[in-house]
Amino acid sequence: MTTFTPKTEDEIVEAVQWALSENAPVEVVGHGSKRNLGRPLQTEHTIAMSEYSGVTLYDPDELVLSAKAGTSVAELETLLAENGQAFQFEPMDYGPLLGQAAGQGTFGGLLATNLCGPRRLKSGSARDHVLGVRVVSGRGELFKSGGRVVKNVTGYDLSKGMANSWGTLGIATEITFKVLPAPETETTLIVRGLADDEAARAMAIAMGSSGEVASAAHLPVNVSGRVIDGVLKGGASTLLRLEGFAPSVNDRATMLKGLLASAGTIVDLSGDTSRKLWQEIRDVIPFVDGTEQPVWRVSMVPMEAYKLVASLRMGAAVDAFYDWQGGLVWLRMEGEPEAEAVRALIRKYGGGHATLVRASTSVRAALPVFEPQPAPLAALSKRLKQQFDPSGILNPGRMVAGV
Amino acid sequence: MSGLLMPKADDSTMSRRSDIVTALRAIVPGEGVVDATNAMRVFESDALTAYRQLPLVVVLPQTVAQVSRVLKYCHENNVKVVPRGSGTSLSGGALPLEDAVLLVMSRFNQILEIDYPNRVAVVQPGVTNLGITNAVEHEGFYYAPDPSSQIACSIGGNVAENSGGVHCLKYGLTANNVLGLEMVLITGEVVRLGGKHLDSEGYDLLGLMTGSEGLLGVVTEVTVRILQKPATARALMVGFPTSEQAGKCVADIIAGGIIPGGMEMMDRPAIHAAEDFVHAGYPLDVEALLIIELDGPVVEVDHLISMVEAIAYKNGASTCVISQSEEERMAFWAGRKAAFPAVGRISPDYLCMDGTIPRKELPKVLAGMRELSEKYGLRVANVFHAGDGNLHPLILYDANIPEELHKAEDFGADILRLCVKVGGVLTGEHGVGVEKRELMPEMFNEIDLNQQIRVKCAFDDKHLLNPGKVFPQLHRCAELGRMHVHRGQVPFPEIPRF
Ligand SMILES: Cc1cc2nc3c(=O)[nH]c(=O)nc-3n(C[C@H](O)[C@H](O)[C@H](O)COP(=O)(O)OP(=O)(O)OC[C@H]3O[C@@H](n4cnc5c(N)ncnc54)[C@H](O)[C@@H]3O)c2cc1C
Repeated sequence: MTTFTPKTEDEIVEAVQWALSENAPVEVVGHGSKRNLGRPLQTEHTIAMSEYSGVTLYDPDELVLSAKAGTSVAELETLLAENGQAFQFEPMDYGPLLGQAAGQGTFGGLLATNLCGPRRLKSGSARDHVLGVRVVSGRGELFKSGGRVVKNVTGYDLSKGMANSWGTLGIATEITFKVLPAPETETTLIVRGLADDEAARAMAIAMGSSGEVASAAHLPVNVSGRVIDGVLKGGASTLLRLEGFAPSVNDRATMLKGLLASAGTIVDLSGDTSRKLWQEIRDVIPFVDGTEQPVWRVSMVPMEAYKLVASLRMGAAVDAFYDWQGGLVWLRMEGEPEAEAVRALIRKYGGGHATLVRASTSVRAALPVFEPQPAPLAALSKRLKQQFDPSGILNPGRMVAGV
Repeated sequence: MSGLLMPKADDSTMSRRSDIVTALRAIVPGEGVVDATNAMRVFESDALTAYRQLPLVVVLPQTVAQVSRVLKYCHENNVKVVPRGSGTSLSGGALPLEDAVLLVMSRFNQILEIDYPNRVAVVQPGVTNLGITNAVEHEGFYYAPDPSSQIACSIGGNVAENSGGVHCLKYGLTANNVLGLEMVLITGEVVRLGGKHLDSEGYDLLGLMTGSEGLLGVVTEVTVRILQKPATARALMVGFPTSEQAGKCVADIIAGGIIPGGMEMMDRPAIHAAEDFVHAGYPLDVEALLIIELDGPVVEVDHLISMVEAIAYKNGASTCVISQSEEERMAFWAGRKAAFPAVGRISPDYLCMDGTIPRKELPKVLAGMRELSEKYGLRVANVFHAGDGNLHPLILYDANIPEELHKAEDFGADILRLCVKVGGVLTGEHGVGVEKRELMPEMFNEIDLNQQIRVKCAFDDKHLLNPGKVFPQLHRCAELGRMHVHRGQVPFPEIPRF
């Protein structure tokens, strides 16, 4: 059992080269906040990035931030907030859902797991904002890709390649992200009492309008009371978030209220309460229950997703709520994960993918945690892994058995 | 063009030409295979017209099955393939090779599905960029990335080049607006990445494909996001006595939390050329002109216009005109949009460069360009996507004067080196292609480049797709720098363990 905690880029290279020379697979961890997510690893050795930290470049006027991969995301968010800026993709915090503390997680982990939040619809995920990386590959070689400017098509975009790779291609040492101004103000319109299918239609109307809705979510009746201290209990809540300059937010709110007048009663929440609400949706607070009951994160075509939930309910006890205009479903199973049933229904309703984000270690070891890929795509992914990490020493099996 | 080394034509392929043509005819019937020299001439270059080369044969498939069979045949028979969309690449990305099949995707021109509730359109790769907007406009929607070539360039080419336009500061590049792809690998295998839903699991192959310049696979279907058109748009035309002031104004706008729909800058030579050409009403006594467009709800645009106006005057603007009508807004843009042809009127030839810099380095880079302009004895005019630091220096030369093209090329390379030196990159939107291939080592060392080539190897281990583009030297996949670390050779007692 060896844990390396490198403090320099050279030490990261050396640690990987040592692993190569010993033919010893290693686990890469930031803070390890997502250790309970994905396939469990059985490596003897660990490279922990948490001491390779610090901001290396922050230029608010240029909208760029570079930091070493072990830097705490919470720290970076504070720094940005002090300058009126933010990661516009709103990285979610898996800590509470996975039974850990909130506010952990590193910059490297953020990219490696491609985090994002309710603003995904409008602003994308981590991969949409990464500008450049420095990486130590599984070959023990340090390479860089991209740069620090927002418009760049020089060579392949290996920065995006690192997104969602779960530490299986290389260890990011330093990352540059595009940052953007934080919205001046926000308001949430809440339509009360809609069934899931009605909510999907209402959200589609709102998102297809010129209201510039930044986030759209639906909390069915049994979930609605589990956010912001129960303020929304008593009926389903369909939520539309408006952000920007105050006069614009007010104007759009009025327009949307008119547009959705026939859908149901509309109330609004503003400022800090609105922010807290979206943060709780982002971090799946309704399912933070101190258990290991299986939780799925399902991405589907927005207008199809409620059909998945309705169909599942015929055969199993499930609890669900929706983000991303209905296209992101958070599903909590009351019993077994029902992986095959969930995935068969996704295929039936227009495709997408399901990730088992919470389950006991044994369940995660036995089931494909990530959506299985068709053969040619799986083979291509395997070839890519081999090009970055031919000896298979970085997080082997973290995403897919054998890769 | 001088000094361009393309991979040596493979004699065995050349000698098999008639077999290859016959085999392709069996896959793509009728006029889908073009092998007559005269008919192939139209394909002999893309928009980087200084390079010309007739292809081995041209194929215009119409179905995915045909693309798959063509590629499978080429893979099995070691024949190179160059994919081509509309041929508007400015970096020679679609330049044919003497011993390669030119796979033209223009017959894939159907819009397959428009899904308003989910706000996506599924289209074939040969549909033009503007064609997507045209198809959804009547419902108030549009496709956001808007390269100036949007009337002609194909969405498949946009994916391959990760194209952007005036809107991309606020709305992102192609990479941020494509949700899914169907593509065919060189082996003929068809794979789907993403779809109408958001993100995918596994590696971000969609991210790798976008901007891969036709080297990884052939795109046969694209799913894009469509957006509701902003309620209104207004523009400001702001002149400054110095480019430093204009640059500071741009920085202050962004620091003020405002992301304009578009923010473009022109320098004195570009302003004069454009004004002489279209009479847009540009001030002629300024060193730098900004055109700043704000879009969104009417109240928001009004609010932001007054904020931007104040920032402009605070930075010493000598003129600031706010558009009061759609005609006036269009007039502001007319000069900017005509800048390239306008420069074409004041010089027999010009070379359009494309580099990106951190915005605050603009004064330094402009000064550097002035020095280089004297050194080479050639004029340069600048138009510039000011919001994101993407420069388009136009180097004016006369191809009839011996050596001027060569000088212009060297001048251009020096400008790009300068961009990299100040923390920028070699290309912001036009791609590396053949044009900037030899400059890649300015930005990347051998390990960086090898890792990129390794990605190529995962997709196309025989290097049959678009060889000779992007990378200065092609290693075979098997011989890429092998690293051996022997047991115990790397000591590191200094790393703490517990
Ligand atoms: C006047 C003018 C203005 C321009 N303005 C801009 C601008 O503002 N912003 C900008 O970004 N670019 C601009 N460009 C450059 C060019 O239009 C873009 O790069 C465009 O995306 C190329 O599209 P195309 O269909 O013409 O591709 P082509 O030129 O045919 O090909 C370009 C590359 O894409 C590959 N390719 C094409 N189709 C496919 C496919 N289906 N599958 C795989 N690979 C494929 C080719 O192999 C080649 O490497 C401009 C060009 C001109 C001539």
